[in-house]
Amino acid sequence: MTTPRHSALVRVTHWLTMVAFLALAITGYLIVLSHPRFYWGEQGNVNTKPLFSFHVPSSRDTVPTGYGYVLPDENGWSRYLHFEAAWLLVITGVVYGIAGFWSGHFRKDLWPVRGERSWPAYWRALRGVKDRDGVRTYNVVQRTVYLGVIFLLFPAVIWTGLALSPGFNAAFPFFVDVLGGRQSARTLHFFVSDLLVVFLVVHVVMIALNGFWALMWEMITGRAATSTTEVTEDAESD
Amino acid sequence: MNSISRRKLITGGAVTMAGVAGLAAADRMARRFGLIPPDGGGIYGPGETLTYAAQRVLGKHALAREFPRGMISKTPFMNEVAPHNDEFKRHQAVGFRDWTLTVDGMVAHPLTLTLADVRALGTRSQITEVVCEEGWSYVAEWIGTPVEAVLREAGTLPQVRYIVYTAMEKDGWDSLDMADALHPQTLLTWGMNDGDLPVGFGGPLRMRVPRQLGYKSVKYVMRLTAVDSMKGIGRGLGSAAAEGGYAWYSGI
Repeated sequence: MTTPRHSALVRVTHWLTMVAFLALAITGYLIVLSHPRFYWGEQGNVNTKPLFSFHVPSSRDTVPTGYGYVLPDENGWSRYLHFEAAWLLVITGVVYGIAGFWSGHFRKDLWPVRGERSWPAYWRALRGVKDRDGVRTYNVVQRTVYLGVIFLLFPAVIWTGLALSPGFNAAFPFFVDVLGGRQSARTLHFFVSDLLVVFLVVHVVMIALNGFWALMWEMITGRAATSTTEVTEDAESD
Repeated sequence: MNSISRRKLITGGAVTMAGVAGLAAADRMARRFGLIPPDGGGIYGPGETLTYAAQRVLGKHALAREFPRGMISKTPFMNEVAPHNDEFKRHQAVGFRDWTLTVDGMVAHPLTLTLADVRALGTRSQITEVVCEEGWSYVAEWIGTPVEAVLREAGTLPQVRYIVYTAMEKDGWDSLDMADALHPQTLLTWGMNDGDLPVGFGGPLRMRVPRQLGYKSVKYVMRLTAVDSMKGIGRGLGSAAAEGGYAWYSGI
């Protein structure tokens, strides 16, 4: 092995991001349970018509759910953990972003390679046709999705999350105003988070389909699992 | 040991040592500038400290967003409160005419103010949003007396760092740092939408802190206490909310 499959930077920030994102997703959904109603615009409460609401039990008895019981309140620790994990995500993301540009990681590993920047290339990748046999690299669909997650979804989820902070909104009202108000920001925060969860599910499914342990080994140690050459050959769509 | 792994070891060691030294320096800076919240210990302490310190560095004097009159909610949500105790009911029965606000602790002139005395110290109104940690919100006009005016009348001593406020209701107490206590939008509120502040919304006297979540805006306030430390007050976490597992600083 000469060059590692994943650099130390990618491996460390990948797992830190995973820890932070799992904590954020779980606590985020727990917080939603205290008010499973969403609105558009600046304001909204149980006296307001929601944009949509979920027919789930709530952890507050002030929310009309139709259920005859109230879930236990998990918001205290959920909120503490949500914001601590948000700091971990932001700091990790900043380090990854700066180092990723500095080291050429984005240009070399994620920017679609020349000759693959076309719709037919996307189509070939989606059909599982391998253009670059034996070369361990991401295809154009993977590269596009990773770039979208890194440069669109994560910034958007951080932006919409910050727009929910009353202190931050006082200092930078622009953040919430451009989103159309506080409740719009909350609804968008929920949708962008959902997209990230969808990405996570697809990501894990693809790994499972392409040799779970070999790919885990690569993301932990950086080295390709050389003993199972066939697995590494197939493992291109993680 | 070959040279590559030795180099890795040295680099890794240097990075780790720089990280530890950096954290220690950050901790010292945070302590020196009072950027560690009362509930800044424990497993969530680093996150809370980062949040609180970032807010105090980025927007210590920032004003909460105010809204045009047309945005005042016609359907504000009156959050539920615990059943009122007998003492509150006695006050309510006579229209709160005997309600007083006590100002004590580290002040030059301890005060006991009637509601009329509080009003006489100054009036400010603002149209701001009440933002609940659960996710809902509403915009209302809040009319009251700046806490800063009351503290000026009492003459807080220079070493004061927190203002503790206590409600008539059981477990109703919280505290503000001086940045929020002296903030022009932090009001002892007695009016709402051009009328008296209804009991359901915290009347006769509610602390309104529009740069923080709704649970910081404690209802039925009857005492302000100036202190130089939260140690020895309750469990030292800064608020009843923090003792119940909710962050002391709710400006996020």
